Amino acid sequence: MSTTIDLAEVSLRHLNEMLHDAEDGVFKILNPRGAHAVACGMTAGLVVEVDGSVGYYCAGMHQVGTVVVRGNSGPGLAENIMSGTVRTTGNASMSAAATGCGGLVVIEGDAGARCGISMKGVDIVVGGSIGHMGAFMAQAGNMVVLGDAGADMGDSIYEATLFVRGEVESLGSDCIEKEMGPEHLAVVERLLETADMTASPGDFRRYGSARQLYSFHVDDIDAELAADAGGAK
Amino acid sequence: MCGIVGLFLKTSTHRGELGRLTADMIHEVRDRGLDSAGVATFDGGDDATTRITVLADGREPDWSPTVEALEQVLEASVGVRPLHDHAVFETTGDGRIARQWIIDNLTDVEVLSYGSQIELYKSVGDPDLLATRYGLASRTGTHAVAHTRMATESAVTANGSHPFSTGSDTCLVHNGSLSNHNQLRLRLEQNGESFQTLNDSEVAAGYVSWRLNSGDSLEQALQAALTDLDGFYTFAVGTIDGFAILRDPISCKPAVVAETDDWVAMSSEYRAIARLPGVADAEVWEPEPARVYTWSLAA
Repeated sequence: MSTTIDLAEVSLRHLNEMLHDAEDGVFKILNPRGAHAVACGMTAGLVVEVDGSVGYYCAGMHQVGTVVVRGNSGPGLAENIMSGTVRTTGNASMSAAATGCGGLVVIEGDAGARCGISMKGVDIVVGGSIGHMGAFMAQAGNMVVLGDAGADMGDSIYEATLFVRGEVESLGSDCIEKEMGPEHLAVVERLLETADMTASPGDFRRYGSARQLYSFHVDDIDAELAADAGGAK
Repeated sequence: MCGIVGLFLKTSTHRGELGRLTADMIHEVRDRGLDSAGVATFDGGDDATTRITVLADGREPDWSPTVEALEQVLEASVGVRPLHDHAVFETTGDGRIARQWIIDNLTDVEVLSYGSQIELYKSVGDPDLLATRYGLASRTGTHAVAHTRMATESAVTANGSHPFSTGSDTCLVHNGSLSNHNQLRLRLEQNGESFQTLNDSEVAAGYVSWRLNSGDSLEQALQAALTDLDGFYTFAVGTIDGFAILRDPISCKPAVVAETDDWVAMSSEYRAIARLPGVADAEVWEPEPARVYTWSLAA
């Protein structure tokens, strides 16, 4: 069953109520024209295909199912995603997959600033590059970036794992490069396959927490200085 | 919040529709702030006349004494075109002198802009009301910037609305807040700039005008702003023949740009751009932090 909904004809609230009431099916959404909160809070295993660009918080609080945006996505794409898949074929604005607890967010183009901020278990795959402060205060999950990463990636990171194929402009406080083991290659391979992207896992470098900010030491006020001094305490 | 839009028409294709397209754009982001709104349009064309747009907030005074006084001060003839609580004075005299005379002598009148191309209208309330009241949809020209405000830094008044303009044919809209505007205002006043509000964004407009008057290009002026302005900002700037965008290095405040062969449009949100003619073929992107973007009609 496929249902077409034209946002030039019906209200956003009507659309989201339809999606909340449905138990299954495929929904094609036309003329989003940058609307906010498209397909927000889905609670059933639907497939939602959006033909065009969306505004803030598309697929926010995504509990289950699949949302595909054939266009660009505004700030907060799939924020607080719990499971399921959200994909945008274009670029995503700032704070994509913010605080995501699970599931998969795929951005085929570039992601803006603070992609994966405070991520708590979501997997993020970005076909292009990410902006500054990616994975800020990230707590769990994986982020795979096929392009480059902007300044201060992984600042104050806890335990998420970041894989970047291109250049990293700079690492944030307490984020360091780590060795790429066979188990990490396997994670990248799995996520690339799931996201339907082609790249060689061996081309990626891994970044994660130096774990020097877990508890307060006065000497840690500038963790970069500590890292320069060998990171020993 | 606050919503800003800018539309810069590179070719003549849509110049007859500048006002209507700008009204449609600001309508789309009106829910980012309904406190007050404003719009500046640049007409284009070769106009030897200087226009001074003023605001007598909520009043419709008899402007003839002001016309007479300005004619004496400017030693030139002055015409006036009232529009509700706004009026546009037209003269071949010096706009800068006229602006300062009005600021010094008419305590309940604000000078919104002066120059050969710019007209600027602002009021409290919904941007749709502003657009209707001041006939935005029928305006033509080369570029426009508009703003819908959710006030944080100064009172909700018509004169606290954006765009702000202190120099000839130059204006600025701002989403964000500056933290060093008081100090900078003093510095600019020492350099001959004058301000009419306590608003932080007026200081940013004054800063850009001051740099331009000092000989900077628009690019250079905004590059210097990155050093001298502290705070959060997405700016859109219009000059007599140029348009520019600047975001602070953190870039919390949103901005999206679309460009075709015919136009450049920017807004706080894609919604404002989504209905522009030819948008399906536009290149759409977000301005990078701390990077100056400029366009020029002269190029």
